[in-house]
Amino acid sequence: MAQTLPVPTPHEITGPALAGTTETMVLNMGPHHPSTHGVLRLVVELDGEVVVNVAADVGFLHTGIEKTMESRTYQQAVVLTDRMDYLAPLSNNLSYALAVEKLIGVEIPERAQTIRVLMVELQRISSHLVWLGTHALDLAAMSVFLYAFREREQILDLFELVSGARLMTSYIRVGGLAYDLPADFLPTVDTFLKRMPACVDEYEALLTGNPLWLERTVGVGIIDAEAAVAYGLTGANLRATGIPYDVRKAMPYTGYESYDFAIPVGKQGDIYDRYRVRMAEMRQSISLCRQAWERLNAMPPGNFQTADRRIMPPPKSEITHSMEALIHHFKLWTEGFKPPQGDAYMSIESPRGILGCYVVSDGGPKPWRVHFRSPSFISLQSLAHMGKGRLMADLVALIASLDPVLGEVDR
Amino acid sequence: MVPMNNQTVLTSIRERFAQAVLGVAEVRGDLNITLRREAWVEVARFFRDEPTLRYTFLENLCGVDYLGRTPRFEVVVHLVSIEHLHRICLKVGAPEEDPCVPSLALLFPTANYQERETWDLLGISFEGHPDLCRILMPDDWVGHPQRKDYPLGEEEVAFTFNQERIYAQKPFAKE
Repeated sequence: MAQTLPVPTPHEITGPALAGTTETMVLNMGPHHPSTHGVLRLVVELDGEVVVNVAADVGFLHTGIEKTMESRTYQQAVVLTDRMDYLAPLSNNLSYALAVEKLIGVEIPERAQTIRVLMVELQRISSHLVWLGTHALDLAAMSVFLYAFREREQILDLFELVSGARLMTSYIRVGGLAYDLPADFLPTVDTFLKRMPACVDEYEALLTGNPLWLERTVGVGIIDAEAAVAYGLTGANLRATGIPYDVRKAMPYTGYESYDFAIPVGKQGDIYDRYRVRMAEMRQSISLCRQAWERLNAMPPGNFQTADRRIMPPPKSEITHSMEALIHHFKLWTEGFKPPQGDAYMSIESPRGILGCYVVSDGGPKPWRVHFRSPSFISLQSLAHMGKGRLMADLVALIASLDPVLGEVDR
Repeated sequence: MVPMNNQTVLTSIRERFAQAVLGVAEVRGDLNITLRREAWVEVARFFRDEPTLRYTFLENLCGVDYLGRTPRFEVVVHLVSIEHLHRICLKVGAPEEDPCVPSLALLFPTANYQERETWDLLGISFEGHPDLCRILMPDDWVGHPQRKDYPLGEEEVAFTFNQERIYAQKPFAKE
């Protein structure tokens, strides 16, 4: 199968070119490039304007996050997860938190789970807005970029309201959440959710029927369902080919099984279908946010963290008069909690696709190994297959439609 | 959707590959099967192609360095069947003196980059991989950073008094 679904390496392309045995031109694109969505280097073999082969050279943003996590306690390591997929930090937090909670076997209270769903779906909208804005910007639709970022500012303000940070919130932690919701959070979310559907209509009005957009995206960068699965494409990239696989429905987590939402799918797996799927996903996310909001509104105030004392300290009231409680708190804060020896894998549906987290514990307070299954890293493998025979300009649209985030690619 | 569970998977694999299975564990509902190196590709192909199984989606492939344990290295693969909505975990060990595992890149193209990453960072080589070269580290890097005996280390700042020594070890850092 690999013969028909290749994954070229850069030196495969540069080697023959340097040896002077090819008639094609090899062009270097990146790592500094306005359209590569990060520090991505593409080695493109061109026959005039037509792409013959393209190989990705990654690693420019590799900061050793996985190895650094081995030197931090489990709770300290959450901060590092924010920085991988920097457009969806809450999703990264969630995948890590769920994996560690699975390893320990911890129950999260329903209120915390509902808040997690609300935050992750808001994050999905925010990430898709960046995708939409930058994708449109790459294809010269600059107004969409400005409109999308206007809405994104509102979501970032919401995150700041809740956690103090706009982007790297580290709000979803092992055992629940970092802080409780402030009093004005739910009303602010309500205002935002009332406004958002009209904004999505606005973006669609600008692009979906636009002949210029259609010409650049319909029939470009096609991949069929079997090749998509073989290449490990996930998320909207896979659903655009017609396969309705969404981890939130397939292997639900954080209570998603109790929410009502649809999985949009495309037909032929081209850039236009990926665009339509993500736009529909934004609408589904708005609906999910609304459902979570309604539950939170109706819910009495409650715990935002688990009461499990293996990972959470006793309540403050107990600490003030019990020495054991004080020592417990002290041990958790200095040494950290110790999951049982073993490993656990948990995957979630991040805005980019399936984000998996594999945690191995040796029984100590620091993880032995943490590995993230990064959807952007894996989807870059399909670039050559989708880009062959297309024009150079289509390559730009193709990268944008795959929606990679280089922080996640390189970790 | 045809329901699939861990028991059905275990039965199928025990029928065909009883001697290849070194260990089975069911952890929090996830099925983990440890296999012999020699049967690695065959079992993976069985999981992918067998009509009743159809685990066509290789979700994750990574390595772990269990320094101090024999075998020292382990490659962990998560396969998913989209039809059955089921995931299994296959593991294979590789000893320190011969950290080599057969490659799955020809069966599952998605394993290509993931095996390159495991080679790059952990030094586990994959026999049969179309082009096993570094992916995250620079091409001329020496060593495998995610190994447990490789220091976390920070980069030494180059001042004029120590730059000669630093550049001797990192020739490309000069620019």
